[in-house]
Amino acid sequence: MTVPKPLAEILETLELLPDPSDRAQLLIDFADQFREVPATVATRPFSVDHQIPQCESDAYAWAILQADGTLTLHFAVESPVGISAKALATILDQGLSGQRPEVIAQVSPDIVFRIFRQNISMGKGIGLMGMVQAVRALAKRAM
Amino acid sequence: MPTMTVESRHYTHPEVLTSTEWVAANLQNPSVRVIESNEDALLYPSGHIPGAVQVDWTVDLNDQLRRDYIDRRGFEALMSRIGVTPDTDVVIYGDKNNWWACYAFWVFQLFGHTKARVMDGGRLKWQKESRPLTRDVPTLQATAYKARERQDAPYRAFRDEVLAHLKAGGQLVDVRSPEEYSGARMHMPDYPNEGALRGGHIPGAKSVPWARAINPEDGSFKTAGELRQIYLDEQKLDPSKEVIAYCRIGERSSHTWFVLKYLLGYPKVRNYDGSWCEWGNLVGVPIEK
Repeated sequence: MTVPKPLAEILETLELLPDPSDRAQLLIDFADQFREVPATVATRPFSVDHQIPQCESDAYAWAILQADGTLTLHFAVESPVGISAKALATILDQGLSGQRPEVIAQVSPDIVFRIFRQNISMGKGIGLMGMVQAVRALAKRAM
Repeated sequence: MPTMTVESRHYTHPEVLTSTEWVAANLQNPSVRVIESNEDALLYPSGHIPGAVQVDWTVDLNDQLRRDYIDRRGFEALMSRIGVTPDTDVVIYGDKNNWWACYAFWVFQLFGHTKARVMDGGRLKWQKESRPLTRDVPTLQATAYKARERQDAPYRAFRDEVLAHLKAGGQLVDVRSPEEYSGARMHMPDYPNEGALRGGHIPGAKSVPWARAINPEDGSFKTAGELRQIYLDEQKLDPSKEVIAYCRIGERSSHTWFVLKYLLGYPKVRNYDGSWCEWGNLVGVPIEK
């Protein structure tokens, strides 16, 4: 599986934490760092074109092509209980922003299970994989 | 539109529900223990109602070896750990429209802890009202809790009982999604397949997806009149006869059990917790699509 170095480092850090409560704390730390899409990119009501299918947290994603040919990812998570979506959004931003579209388009949705492991809830897996798939689709569109 | 008060919704047993307002006013009340029970494992540690303890459905309520619930000793140990006595006024809330809160409430009834209520609207309503959350996990003094032996019969239906109920023309309610009911799907939309070999529903079961009982904007329960319109007028579920509810593993159906038994006052409702993960794997039982 192709994973850019910043994302690989995050995955390795999470995998160093076998205790589910430690991993939960790190995921919550990522959620705390979540920064919503800036108004320069999108404002409410967000376009349904950017809504992530299957994500119960009512999440949206954007990919902005920079002058150097890389992408910057942005997200919005509308549900007040969307903590897992916020954690994943931050990880995708920190791990993939600054990468070229063709690199981002190769990231497998399976990283969701490497990130959350036991901390994933039954219904979240497919919705969170949908976030990765949405990012991949945005990257392909930018290629 | 503001949520109607619990009292104005005309439930048969309104005493099993409490409001976010009441909980907010009783955060310091030592006779109250607030319990959060979620599907999403990150929610409680990311912030919960001040003073609330977590009860995890997989770890705390299920037997860790057999497919069953904890026994009396396990329940006593749980209640002791979370600082509950038989006189404690337990209030349960959680994510997913109180789906898991109702499940925990149902398990508590197996051991006769009737001093339990569900917080209407659950976590969603509390957060939408911008009420306080904390990450501080309370330090609780263990209690000496003595429970009765688990009594399954009034609350749980087992497969042979469901089969006999079916043969006798008894009322069943399937609370899964329409796609699961029709057999088009073997699992909930957006959820993994948990291993049923056959799709469909128990013959004669009425299809009422569990979340129809909820106002989606704030997770509160619909009024008794609205619920009667669904379960009585539309589905013709006769309150004078027994109803058995089921879903996939008995969690969504505990929510419908709560609605039928307490909010609408059906006197005899049981939850078939074996549900489709059992029925869809049984050899030779009737299935309808």
